[in-house]
Amino acid sequence: MTLIIQDLSKEFPVPNQAPILSLSKISLTVGEEEFVSILGPSGCGKTTLLRIIAGLDSATSGSITLDGETIDRRSSQMAMIFQEYSLYPWRTVIDNVTFGLEMQNTAKRPARDTAMKYLNLVGLAEFAERFPYELSGGMRQRVAVARAMAIEPKILLMDEPFGALDAQTRNMLQKELLEIWEKTKKTVLFVTHSVDEAVYLSDRIIVLTPRPGRIREIVENPLARPRDRTSPEFARIRRHVLDLINESSQPKEDLIVHPPSL
Amino acid sequence: MRSPRILLLPVLLIVGWEVAAYFIDNPFVLPSLSTVIPILLHPFSTEYTLGTGSLVENAAASLFRVASGFLLAAIIAIPLGIGMGRSSFLHDFLDSTIELLRPIPPLAWVPLALAWFKIGFVSIVFIIFIGAFFPILLNTIDGVKSVKKTWVEVAETLGARETDVLTKVILPGSAPTVWTGLRVGFGIAWMCVVAAEWMPGISLGLGYLILYAYNFGQTNLIIAGMVVIGVIGILIDQVFRAGERRWFSWRSLER
Ligand SMILES: Nc1ncnc2c1ncn2[C@@H]1O[C@H](COP(=O)(O)OP(=O)(O)OP(=O)(O)O)[C@@H](O)[C@H]1O
Ligand SMILES: [Mg+2]
Repeated sequence: MTLIIQDLSKEFPVPNQAPILSLSKISLTVGEEEFVSILGPSGCGKTTLLRIIAGLDSATSGSITLDGETIDRRSSQMAMIFQEYSLYPWRTVIDNVTFGLEMQNTAKRPARDTAMKYLNLVGLAEFAERFPYELSGGMRQRVAVARAMAIEPKILLMDEPFGALDAQTRNMLQKELLEIWEKTKKTVLFVTHSVDEAVYLSDRIIVLTPRPGRIREIVENPLARPRDRTSPEFARIRRHVLDLINESSQPKEDLIVHPPSL
Repeated sequence: MRSPRILLLPVLLIVGWEVAAYFIDNPFVLPSLSTVIPILLHPFSTEYTLGTGSLVENAAASLFRVASGFLLAAIIAIPLGIGMGRSSFLHDFLDSTIELLRPIPPLAWVPLALAWFKIGFVSIVFIIFIGAFFPILLNTIDGVKSVKKTWVEVAETLGARETDVLTKVILPGSAPTVWTGLRVGFGIAWMCVVAAEWMPGISLGLGYLILYAYNFGQTNLIIAGMVVIGVIGILIDQVFRAGERRWFSWRSLER
């Protein structure tokens, strides 16, 4: 499995104005079993990038291929976990998880078995017959993870899935996500604006610059898992990533002070 | 306790009515309850309805007309509302016309209904159809528009085709609002049927019954007919509300 993104740019048209350039010349290759984070400040185009990869939006220029084929949002090769809460409130937890399997016309029994398997994986088997409104925010995102995993996609796209949660729940879900990832070895593309989260989770960190989103640098993270957030190596990588982010917001200020120098 | 409080005013009204009826002493203006209740206690008898159909026959006739017009309205308004909620072209194409027709009271269509469909069942059904159509349509459009874009996109990334999106996301996601439209639409249809039954040439129905009773100066029968109209209206509304609680509680519990 290889996802190849080449020179991808995205402009949003604005009525009576120049279009907003949201992403500029993104090139990236993601391979089998990789855990890749996309890191950048709010508004740098992370969601836009993920949506284009999922086939929900189209790029203005550039190309994306998955194993040599262009992206089709309905192909079930990828599953996306959205930044905002996205469960179907009229379905029970298990019926949410079987949704993708229903779309593939899987018979009811095997669909339920698969769903239970993934609900077990996210630790929510006992909540199978409950409705989403009976769950906490963290539990709902777990269900969303199970729902995405149940179609056994090649790539899991996650858009700040833990962004709205408190620090403790967040840390717990990060740990769980890694455990699941180690068991299933799906490729994960994980969007976040938290440096700590990116360093804790990923093999590689794609650092984006603010508007327009460009790749500032791709940081390799060789630390063995489970990672210790308090270790000096962890701090070193985090420091490096932080510097990249701070630098990348720097040039804009330079631009204001010394326009000719750039 | 809540129940004594909510019953207080109705009890006072009934007592006041009896007292007033006693002093007015004119059954044409205000008949005593004792002349109204026997009619209600014999709903199958024609003896109390001045030779026209019994209460039940009249109610059944009205209900059948309302059900026909209401179902017709639902069958047309729901698909149309889904189309208008999904397609901005269809919405823009139809919206101005609908906004133009919507403020016309259903009963203003009576003369036209008579001109088009002559006296009879079809005309009444048409009036009811007009009354029920707009609330159902507008609520359906609203319901479809309130379906979160993310719900649709989740479905698509999970492999849903257009028809799956429609049946598994749009319909269940908009169903609570559509249901509200049906409830409101039925309420209006029920109000319309009474007046529509005053059209010339109609000889059965609760609306017909109370006008007939007026022509005979039988105010007690008018009031009995009004009670039946009100009770049926409440019962059906309660059925809709029960359905709402049973099937769509997720919407009010959602946070
Ligand atoms: N549909 C749209 N129309 C116009 N502009 C858009 C649209 N979607 C995104 N943008 C613009 O593109 C830029 C990137 O938006 P995007 O949502 O991808 O940011 P993000 O990195 O996900 O931010 P956050 O961390 O806050 O979620 C923003 O400047 C935004 O205004
Ligand atoms: Mg975003």
